[in-house]
Amino acid sequence: MPIIVDHVSHIYGEDTPLAVHALKDINLVIPDGQFIGLIGHTGSGKSTLVQHLNGLMKATSGAIYFNGEDIDDKDFDKRKLRSKVGLVFQYPEHQLFETDVFSDVCFGPKNLGLSEKEVQLRAYEALKLVGLKDEYFYQSPFDLSGGEKRRVAIAGVLAMKPDFLILDEPTAGLDPKGRDEILDQIAKLKEETGITVILVSHSMDDVAKYVDRIIVMNKGSVMYDDVPREVFRHYEELEQVGLAAPQVTYIMKSLQDKGLDVSDDVTTIEEAKEEIKSYFTKLAKAKRGNW
Amino acid sequence: MNIIKVKDLIFEYIRRDEEGNVEGITKAVDDVSLNIEQGDFVAILGHNGSGKSTLAKHLNAIHYPTEGTVWVDGKDTQQEEHLWDIRQTAGMVFQNPDNQIIGQVVEEDVGFGPENMGVETKQIWERVEESLKAVGMYEFRKHSPNKLSGGQKQRVSIAGVIAMHPKCIILDEPTAMLDPKGRKEVIRAIRALNDVEKITIILITHYMEEVIYADKVFVMDKGRIELQGTPREIFSQVDRLKQLRLDVPQVTLLAHELRKEGFPIPEGILTKEEFAQAIDKCVDEIR
Amino acid sequence: MLRDITLGQYYQADSVIHRLDPRVKLATTIVFIISLFVFDGIAGYVVAAAFLAMVIKLSKVPFKFMIRGMKAILFLLLITVVFNLFLTPGEALVSFGVFKITKEGVKTAVLMAVRLTFLIIGSSVMTLTTTPNQLTDGLEKMLGPLKKLHVPVHEIAMMMSIALRFIPILMEETDKIMKAQMARCADFESGNILKRAKNMVPLLVPLFISAFRRADDLAMAMEARCYRGGEFRTKMKPLHYEKRDFVAYGIVVCYLVIGVMAGKLMVILL
Repeated sequence: MPIIVDHVSHIYGEDTPLAVHALKDINLVIPDGQFIGLIGHTGSGKSTLVQHLNGLMKATSGAIYFNGEDIDDKDFDKRKLRSKVGLVFQYPEHQLFETDVFSDVCFGPKNLGLSEKEVQLRAYEALKLVGLKDEYFYQSPFDLSGGEKRRVAIAGVLAMKPDFLILDEPTAGLDPKGRDEILDQIAKLKEETGITVILVSHSMDDVAKYVDRIIVMNKGSVMYDDVPREVFRHYEELEQVGLAAPQVTYIMKSLQDKGLDVSDDVTTIEEAKEEIKSYFTKLAKAKRGNW
Repeated sequence: MNIIKVKDLIFEYIRRDEEGNVEGITKAVDDVSLNIEQGDFVAILGHNGSGKSTLAKHLNAIHYPTEGTVWVDGKDTQQEEHLWDIRQTAGMVFQNPDNQIIGQVVEEDVGFGPENMGVETKQIWERVEESLKAVGMYEFRKHSPNKLSGGQKQRVSIAGVIAMHPKCIILDEPTAMLDPKGRKEVIRAIRALNDVEKITIILITHYMEEVIYADKVFVMDKGRIELQGTPREIFSQVDRLKQLRLDVPQVTLLAHELRKEGFPIPEGILTKEEFAQAIDKCVDEIR
Repeated sequence: MLRDITLGQYYQADSVIHRLDPRVKLATTIVFIISLFVFDGIAGYVVAAAFLAMVIKLSKVPFKFMIRGMKAILFLLLITVVFNLFLTPGEALVSFGVFKITKEGVKTAVLMAVRLTFLIIGSSVMTLTTTPNQLTDGLEKMLGPLKKLHVPVHEIAMMMSIALRFIPILMEETDKIMKAQMARCADFESGNILKRAKNMVPLLVPLFISAFRRADDLAMAMEARCYRGGEFRTKMKPLHYEKRDFVAYGIVVCYLVIGVMAGKLMVILL
């Protein structure tokens, strides 16, 4: 059940002097089971785009198809769409409101009109999926740490059992450890459930390690849409629009500048290490050969 | 001269349950002593909840020590007659750009501090102009803060503090809510203030790339100062930093990993240029 | 929807109206509102309309902007018109069972609609051309004499100015939380009033928490910038009257006289 974005444009404040063209003719296919990074700086249109995917915003022109159906069709059940395309906003902990963690997570499935038993089952599963310990379940969400609150908020969306999970800047404001923990948890959750995950971020470093496809947005248009390696090849163009390739790409470039024959086709520290090691192995062999 | 001196500082707060009964006491800052010299660029690192913000709020007399003493420019923060002097000497910039801008127009916000200090009208205008120029926001002086980007808002907040002519500025995670572009803008503005205006900077952050330029780094955990030294000394301790829920710049980490594999690379590599040089040296050795 | 409220928003432009002393604008707005209730007959309203049109033209604020402010009170306007239309006793023009539209009803309804429209547009002109800070400065200075009666004039003015600064921020936040809850399939649109009110809880709780957190942060930021109430404080933009302000006062007096005279003249002529 893919999501198809067909020639979608969005204009804020159309027919006012302050009109802003937030999305310009976007075409995308988002199939099942992918892990996607949606990259762009503030104002690139990435947040506007994801709000179109679950029908919170309506395209000025163009259409979005979910499971082959036009989501703006009169008969289309928007509520069902939102349960299938889960969207976790930036700083999602700001939307918590219940007196305890468990009830808050129940909010989504309850709105779907499920039975009490099913609601509780889903809430429990969702909290387990985000790795929250049992002892927090009946505490007030406001007593938890920032990272834990965020997990609760993500569970609140997961409890609706979406096929697509979109996370808008899930690491904003967290410390380095908290950031790694939440990203690892999301990767694990993706592994376990097989759902499509879209990570919205302005940091290549954050997503490079996890995703298998990167969509780069700039000024309301899709600039690149490819596997990470291919996207990072354009590191100069990325810089021009205020983005950057992962830091390791630059490290490898500086080695090349020194005349070392290493590939800059690496995206993680681990890969960089292997690349440098194999370069030195070759070097040592060549030297022995010369003797 | 020491602009800030902290001696044996302890700050405790009392946790209460729903009925208001005392549940326990938390030491947010636990026996901290430090000296900061006039003109230095100091960074305080630590994960969320490590006590770094609580410490910062002592330097501006927002919190008062439970035990120990804090002197700002030689004045004890607990003596009430110094309160306004201290707040003027040590200005403070907070994390959330929206929650610290009071004015509806950029220039009016920057003028807020001097107004409170009773500065003459003509001088307020001069101060506003120079402060906005110092952070590169002069052309936005007539704008509404609501229309600015996060990085621009933070620069306005910094200008608002500079207009009070402080000797020292404490920035409490000023970049935590910004995108990479905004983060760069703010750090550039802070470094310029330190280099050009010689204002002492105390930057509280958990972004490692931001502390590379600091003269001195303090790392906090559980209310204590766990590590202190130059950025190079601090980043030499990759494993220790990881224990403290922090990380190191990617290039430092890569150098560390290769070192563990037996490469003769020094610890505490901070830039990719240093890294390339070190690797180049390894190549030379083999040849 | 929430963005449409223009009341309390500033529109930056370089015009005579923008440069006027806020006290003049405050006084004029009050005089204008009173005049709407004092003037009688069509002639008075023609004068009021002409005056308003002149001020809007001078202010260089696009008229569209002011109309947008009207959308927010359209509902209120409709209720007023309907009530007046049906509930004013008098000579019946049309009747539907118990309800009848009377001649007097039509007259009052139209009158009220015009008054309300003028009132809103008139006050929008003031807020669109005056920064909230100027406005509160003006208010503080005008109410200054009340300080002797221990009225906390400065504090009231400061509170107003902060409230105005945070209105757009809190509106944006409301929008964001609403969307976040809608993404969890929350329903803010259907059901009876009681159910709808209950459905607002997931919106209101986070909003209040956020508002309190912001208030707390802001108080700390203000203290850190040496704020300690109105004493000792100097002004970046102190208020003093200039020539144009006295001219403006003159024009306002003329407006009042002409408006009243026009009404009386109509009566005499007819």
